Amino acid sequence: MAGFGNFTHAIVRAIPGSFATGALRTENLEEVDPNRALREKKAYVAVLRELGLEVLELPADESMPDCVFVEDCAVVCGDTALLTRPGAPSRRGEVEEMKTALTNLSLNVVEMTDETATLDGGDVLFTGAEFFVGLSKRTNQRGAEILADTFKDYAVSTVPVSHGLHLKSFCSMAGPGLIAIGSSQTAQRALKTMQQLSDHKYDKLTVPDDAAANCVYINMPGKGHILLHVTPEQFPESAKVFEKLKDYTLIPVSNLENVKVDGALSCCLVLANKLARV
Amino acid sequence: MVCGVEFWVAEEVGSEPEVKKEPEKSPEEQEAEQQTNPSESAPNGDAEPQPAPDNAENAEAEPAPSDPLSTPSPDGQKKEKGISRFLPPWLKRQKSNSQAEPRDGHAPTDTPTQPPTQEELEDGQEEEGPKGEGTAVQPTGGAQEVQSGEEESPVANAETQPVKQKEGEEWAPESGVPSALKLGKKMKITVCHVTLLDGTQFPCEVEKRAKGQYLFSKVCEHLNLLEKDYFGLSFKDNTDQRCWLDPTKEIKHQIHNSQWQFAFSVKFYPPDPSQLTEDITRYLLCLQLRQDISLGRLPCSFVTHALLGSYTLQAELGDYDPDQHRSDYIAQFHFAPTQTKELEVKLAELHKSHKGMTPAQADIQFLENAKKLSMYGVDLHHAKDSEGVDIMLGVCANGLLIYKDRLRINRFAWPKILKISYKRCNFYIKIRPGETEQFESTVGFKLPNHRAAKRIWKVCVEHHTFFRLTSPEQPVKSKFLTLGSRFRYSGRTQAQTRQASALIHRSPPDFQRTSSKRSARSLDGAPVVSVSDHTHPLVSTHAAGPGENGRDSALELYSDSKSPQVEEGAEPGKGAATAVPAEPASETWKAADDSSELKREPRVQGENIYVRHSKLMLEDLDKTQEEVLRHQASVSELKRSFMEAAPEPRPDQWDKRLTGSPATSLHLQAHGSLEEELTSLFLSKACFSGLMDPCSTSVAPPESTLAAVSEKSPTRLESALSDSRDISKSTEDDQSSGLNGQPEVIEVVEETVVIEEVVRVARPQSSAPETAATEPALEGKDEGSASSDSESEEEAEYHPQLSGSAHLIREDPEEEEQEVGLNQEAPPAALKPCIIREDVTDEAAATAANMAEPADAQQQEGEVLVIPEKAPNGHTHDSEAPPTLFDEEEEPSFVNGDVSHVEGEHAPQVICCSEPPVVKTEMVTISDTFSAQKAEITTKEVPIVHTETKTITYEAAQLDGSGDVEPGVLMTAHTITSESLCTTTTTHITKTLKGGLSETRIEKRIVITGDSDIDHDQALAQAIKEAKEQHPDMSVTRVVVHKETDLAEEDE
Repeated sequence: MAGFGNFTHAIVRAIPGSFATGALRTENLEEVDPNRALREKKAYVAVLRELGLEVLELPADESMPDCVFVEDCAVVCGDTALLTRPGAPSRRGEVEEMKTALTNLSLNVVEMTDETATLDGGDVLFTGAEFFVGLSKRTNQRGAEILADTFKDYAVSTVPVSHGLHLKSFCSMAGPGLIAIGSSQTAQRALKTMQQLSDHKYDKLTVPDDAAANCVYINMPGKGHILLHVTPEQFPESAKVFEKLKDYTLIPVSNLENVKVDGALSCCLVLANKLARV
Repeated sequence: MVCGVEFWVAEEVGSEPEVKKEPEKSPEEQEAEQQTNPSESAPNGDAEPQPAPDNAENAEAEPAPSDPLSTPSPDGQKKEKGISRFLPPWLKRQKSNSQAEPRDGHAPTDTPTQPPTQEELEDGQEEEGPKGEGTAVQPTGGAQEVQSGEEESPVANAETQPVKQKEGEEWAPESGVPSALKLGKKMKITVCHVTLLDGTQFPCEVEKRAKGQYLFSKVCEHLNLLEKDYFGLSFKDNTDQRCWLDPTKEIKHQIHNSQWQFAFSVKFYPPDPSQLTEDITRYLLCLQLRQDISLGRLPCSFVTHALLGSYTLQAELGDYDPDQHRSDYIAQFHFAPTQTKELEVKLAELHKSHKGMTPAQADIQFLENAKKLSMYGVDLHHAKDSEGVDIMLGVCANGLLIYKDRLRINRFAWPKILKISYKRCNFYIKIRPGETEQFESTVGFKLPNHRAAKRIWKVCVEHHTFFRLTSPEQPVKSKFLTLGSRFRYSGRTQAQTRQASALIHRSPPDFQRTSSKRSARSLDGAPVVSVSDHTHPLVSTHAAGPGENGRDSALELYSDSKSPQVEEGAEPGKGAATAVPAEPASETWKAADDSSELKREPRVQGENIYVRHSKLMLEDLDKTQEEVLRHQASVSELKRSFMEAAPEPRPDQWDKRLTGSPATSLHLQAHGSLEEELTSLFLSKACFSGLMDPCSTSVAPPESTLAAVSEKSPTRLESALSDSRDISKSTEDDQSSGLNGQPEVIEVVEETVVIEEVVRVARPQSSAPETAATEPALEGKDEGSASSDSESEEEAEYHPQLSGSAHLIREDPEEEEQEVGLNQEAPPAALKPCIIREDVTDEAAATAANMAEPADAQQQEGEVLVIPEKAPNGHTHDSEAPPTLFDEEEEPSFVNGDVSHVEGEHAPQVICCSEPPVVKTEMVTISDTFSAQKAEITTKEVPIVHTETKTITYEAAQLDGSGDVEPGVLMTAHTITSESLCTTTTTHITKTLKGGLSETRIEKRIVITGDSDIDHDQALAQAIKEAKEQHPDMSVTRVVVHKETDLAEEDE
């Protein structure tokens, strides 16, 4: 797990005008405030830049309201990037732009051509030692298989996700060997499953709110552990849990709008390490 | 090294099967046993206690045993035919309904057990013909099994050269003797071809009857390898599957008619190669991994291919030299299944970066990277889950991994696994219950064939022992542990090999790193196993439609509806012999989500049932009483191992390290669906016995003998008990197992003695020595059957246990019973009947024991006497005798009274295991006479267990008997536990004297615990059959079937 969280590049995508009205959502919450969504996005990108990441912002595509959630389009690990086949048919076009970007990073790009396979990057949790793939509404076994075949070095275990959109809707890596996990039954079940399936031992960071368990861990050279997590305004109890982490640079990031359309912190980001090549 | 070799040679000579096979037994005894089972009279027990496993001279002096094999088969036939004869007419109808099925069930089981044995024997005979040992040949298989446990282990355990030397010396004088004896025999030498890891061939001359160990030692010597425990020799069987050569067995018996062609390979991949002591060991491991990688067995990414390949280049070629290493220098190597130009470029690039690295360092780097690969050290086997879906089972250092295509869908760490077994082509693991579960569950997988099932079972046994135990199971144990294969890993464990290699003090041996080019070219001899497993998994996937995803392809924590199960329907000869498929035990969170789904699924939990074992017992009863003993001993062993087994699931690091989770309530529900079946058989025999002690515990006919015996009985029993106590204690001392276990273990051994006593009453033979579970005597006698058991075993089981650790968890009901049930009364003086209360691992059995002796039922706090109330006839099965009027109610008296004990005690015990409330207990007695026996119906409401209890009594005409509850009692109880079935037989013998008429009543209670899928009729038929065979001179007068079923759990 050495080098876990080391990234040089971040790929994000601009918010299209159709986002507020057209983005897919699992629950009909409040309307998205497009302006605030834009502001949040801007702040988010600013944070990434400030951390020293080279941020590539892909242009928005009005025909793809969800295109801001780039995470679902690609899984990058080491020098290899797997372009996914998103579970939502309306989103499959988003992959094209991502392909270009990843190719430009001279990563080894693998495409998922199997018509029966679906995989959303939001269902893929890479712990540094292995992959867990949530089998959700958006991701199926075949998609997971192709992932396993793409990243042969790693064990790929499947985790049923019965509720919620993605596996990472309620969990994420908050550091090397540290899994942030929500408190809901779904989340805890998934954690149990992962524990059962893994030869590795992980610590867990349990936060009261599932949505808060999605954070972004980055380990920048010279900056140590960096964690982008939810704000105290949004999830006060969960934020407190993060605040207890030691030796971390904690960066609360507001995500009030995206969350309305199931967008978590990690959803708007694909991280890559161009130096990952051996 | 040289010492080691000498030793092996010596052993080789000394351990001729014939020589060792029957050291403990005199021929007369054998004859006696074979011919007159029930009334055997040769009292040579004294001679038997000598284990004499190493005493070759003794063995040589042994005349050839008389044809033990010819006896069993006729017996077996007789048995088959005999059942119907023995069955009371009123049972025959029932039999026609149900027993036809059991027979079908048996047939496949019986048949396969025989032929392989025969083959073996013929094989042996061929070889030994000139020696004139034709008769002796027969038990060979068994003998080998037996001796393998005894001989190899000490050897394998020998940690240091001095020890080996000592043993070698011990053997040395003997080594000449056998060869002298075999002057007339040609020493057949054959040449083995061993493909080494570098691709070279090592021809090695071995005697045709050499064991695997000999060849292996020769190879290791050739390689100058000391840390050899990680390695093994493999060969291809005739189906082209890779098999490991068992060092403890003769080579020729293992390879059958295949070529004498072997491959030296890594058998146990060390999880941390940096802990290996010698570079040469690491080098060999590297070679193995290079082979694994280039053949695609160990999948890795492009980058990893390049990296590992570059270390290989560095190790074999040294620093990159632009002059020497031209552009195509890499092309000669074979690193990856598909080696692209791109890869070679990358390789060269990386090779340059390793400048200055020594070969040893490069190997270390290679291993450090290779060990991280997810498939490192995973031995894959094709299988199907319960739904016929293709999966792969991966055995590795940490446990068993389940893959569907390339995806890991489940994982069972060794601490989670209580038992590993196989039966026919099914492979089962019994899973320790989770925190919130009450019952173990058994997960079954279907392997392509029986051999594949056995193969993975063996691999599991070996891996578990090697990686989890500090030392291999003791040979003594292994002798008794199983009913089927006795295979055990007898080599060093990783812990031992690490200790041993710490003592290696030699200057690092020089060895030539041969080029991988070579290994790439000469892979022919190498064990190429299903390359496609890894390389083409994607192609062969079951395209899982979107609908199939999500929870359906679920994994649940322990086993779930989807996790592979053997489907009952899928089983071919599903009769008594078929395992009842274990339904997943754990209701994990799924319960909450899909409760409706749950309801549909008959969840069965707890001890699963294998009726087969009762059948096994029957088979054995046909043979010799010793067999029974052996089984009982094995039962004791099972229990014992069971107790020891409880490998404290090492405090789950996850949970330990992780912060407290508020939401751990995973709705794990223990839907205990437990079914108990209790069959009581009452056999009675009236005989004249003015001579006899009224309280004699004897059963068997020869009166004179009987009289004598019955008087001696108590004292002998006593001595037997004390003997066994000593034995057990000493055994205990050898084991550093938890203190808790000790008393129980001791008692278990006592139990064996008791059994012995009972069984052998009529046979004035000192029982003590034979009974002692640790004595090899039994083994010797059992050889005939042992060989069939071991060589052609259809099934076998293995209880992973942590020897040498104090891990004792009383986590399952069976264990809990141990303490309660075990209550032994001192053998009474003189003519008083012996009352041995013994614990049986099953609560019902304990109860049975209790009820057999109501007068003395002082233990069992929870005992409740239930007074029968009502008799709904509706539940009578196909009994032809309609319940008579007054049968229905009153008369809870004597015998039936016992039964009500059962329920009284039983129910509360069950309560603690199962969840759903409501106990329905009813008892129906059907009688075909108007005499004493009454039906009784007890209904008891105990609000916890959702249990249905049904007792059906079948009676043959029998007068009287009421009232005299003369407690002439001697009981035996034995329990046979297996994957899915727990059979407990309790025998209760009452002797009464009326006038000059002595009547012996034997009450057998057979408790079968397990899933709901027991074929009750069949189980009953089995029980009757068994009883009849055990006491051919008696008649079955009454059969009570007491059935307790946990109703399908309901989701609240």
